[in-house]
Amino acid sequence: MVTFVVRRIALSIPILLLASVLVFFFVRETTDPLAKYAQNRDVSTKINAGLDIGMYQQPCRYVTSAAGGRAPVSCAKTSRIKQYTFWLSHFVKGDMGQSFTTNEAVSTKLARGFTNTLQLIVWGVLISALVAVAVGVYSAVRQYSVLDYTFTGLAFFGIAMPPFFFGLMAIQIFSYQFSVWFHLHNPLFFSIGLHGNHGPGFLAGLLDYSRHLVLPVATLTVQIIASWSRYQRASMLDVMNSDYIRTARAKGLSRATVVLKHGLRNALIPLVTVMAIDIGALFGGLLVTEQIFSIGGMGKIFIDALTSGDTNVLLPWLMISAVFIVLFNLLADVLYGTLDPRIRLA
Amino acid sequence: MKTTDDIGGVKSEARAAVDPVTGTPAMGPTSGPNVVAEMNEPSARSQWEMVRRRFFRHRVAVVAGLVLVGFYLVALFAPQLSRYDLNPATLSTLHGPTAAHWFGTDELGRDQLTRIMYAARVSLVIGLLVAVFSTVIGTLIGALAGYFGGWIDQALMRVTDLFLIVPGIAVLAIAQKGLVNKTLPLVGHISQTTLIVGILSFLFWQSIARVVRGLFLSLKEKEYIEAARASGATSWRIMFRHVLPNIVGPILVNTTLVVGTAIITESTLSYLGLGLNPPAVSWGVMMNQSESAVGSANAYLIYFPGLALLITVLCVNFLGDGLRDAFDPQSSH
Repeated sequence: MVTFVVRRIALSIPILLLASVLVFFFVRETTDPLAKYAQNRDVSTKINAGLDIGMYQQPCRYVTSAAGGRAPVSCAKTSRIKQYTFWLSHFVKGDMGQSFTTNEAVSTKLARGFTNTLQLIVWGVLISALVAVAVGVYSAVRQYSVLDYTFTGLAFFGIAMPPFFFGLMAIQIFSYQFSVWFHLHNPLFFSIGLHGNHGPGFLAGLLDYSRHLVLPVATLTVQIIASWSRYQRASMLDVMNSDYIRTARAKGLSRATVVLKHGLRNALIPLVTVMAIDIGALFGGLLVTEQIFSIGGMGKIFIDALTSGDTNVLLPWLMISAVFIVLFNLLADVLYGTLDPRIRLA
Repeated sequence: MKTTDDIGGVKSEARAAVDPVTGTPAMGPTSGPNVVAEMNEPSARSQWEMVRRRFFRHRVAVVAGLVLVGFYLVALFAPQLSRYDLNPATLSTLHGPTAAHWFGTDELGRDQLTRIMYAARVSLVIGLLVAVFSTVIGTLIGALAGYFGGWIDQALMRVTDLFLIVPGIAVLAIAQKGLVNKTLPLVGHISQTTLIVGILSFLFWQSIARVVRGLFLSLKEKEYIEAARASGATSWRIMFRHVLPNIVGPILVNTTLVVGTAIITESTLSYLGLGLNPPAVSWGVMMNQSESAVGSANAYLIYFPGLALLITVLCVNFLGDGLRDAFDPQSSH
């Protein structure tokens, strides 16, 4: 197992390197990091910013500025390849430069965003997995029942539902209409941020947190709950029709034992791989969710960076999401091996 | 001997070649070994007839297909069907659905039904174009990779791996923002609609390429391909006359599903303000502009474009499901 993990990590390094090349050249071709200085009459600010991100290099020609310091007026431009190696060598050391809009270190900004995003992802994956497995198992065990047909119909809607439409409707109904209908002072579920003002005590805080979390998590997961429950239903049906399940029933095991221990454990294996791949889609889904619910996570940071032309944020953002997705694919492979003893990892 | 590199040509020829089995006169002289007919020798019906039968038995898919055709017709005839101008001179702002304005009017007094019909032209056409482009590119590359293997295959697999580890919507957003209204080498000036079709096709071709590659890998080992090769058929001919007609089904299913995914992706980007921008009007743009209506009594401004999106994608998915069952020889229908 350890050799497998080590080898998989070693194999993902060239993929990530290749990704970093493409991401770098793609972002640099489509965006200009120094665009916001184009109108600036003082050349030295632009050149200083360029020096910071390796677009210019020494030797520079300096003049004495009005303030008395040394201000660069012209520097040697670096080639794209040099810019790439400059960026990569700083990136792997955790130095991602400064945000153009807030002058904050990009790494701090992204770390803060990641903690918010992580809450959405963790709760989202947990809840979707629980709901999808429960629905899938029920639908498979009671195939063609009324509830099975209901779940199937709902899944079709869920898969076709544009997440932003779902999110906006959810806000309209649960944050607005409920208050109108039932004359509530506060909305039932909040639609802005992850925390609000709440009374003292742990329970009040937890309640406030949950009331903030419900709508964004639902928006983030509506599509994946629908598709995971379909996967779970299909794989559960597959397993329940196999011979060893019939054997288990024949030798007198209870229905619950057969379904949960013999059936579910085996039926979970295909879902785990699907789940890991969908984490990538989830990362993209953050853009919509965090924008709608004004949550300062990775998705919101990306949109703000793109609209304000803060290109220093875009590069590390793409790379971090790539690392994240690669890690989850690795996790899926490891889980796949642990859950299914027939698969030997070497 | 007539050879055709055109995929559409191959498809129609395959259909024409099948017809003699059912007794209907063939469309013209057929040349070369007839793979499809051979496979169906024992059954009385041609493959295409069976596919058609299985499809029409799938009621939901048929209804979904009809709804989609209706939507495309409405989009096509939007100027004739709408009772109002897209940008009217007389203003009656922000009143809910009435007999005069079925879907209400927005804060600028524009009739929402009219806007939805015009927006359908953009959304639906983008979906269709992206599906066609990504199918053509994906099929070509997938066929080359699956048939020849080697470095083409390796390169394709690595590229698709790369696409899998970066969130596609982020890449699309950067490309749209960075390239819109720029003059590019070779293609020149590109409008935002052309650009979004281009970059969506660029993102979606690889899923189809993977499917086509897999199908080519399994089919190229079959005996009839060996027979074709033994009788001196060129690689090109084997790929497009012998393998491709047999995998039209799965490709068509994927093309259908791409229509839905492309429409959702375009509307998501436009909703976020990172895709199409006014004066272009798509369902996503409409929702972007009416976002502030959420949390007020004017939320109908969100409901109708959202429902149009939901129904379209739902129908596309049902249609894809129906096609999948229709093309599946093991299907019980």
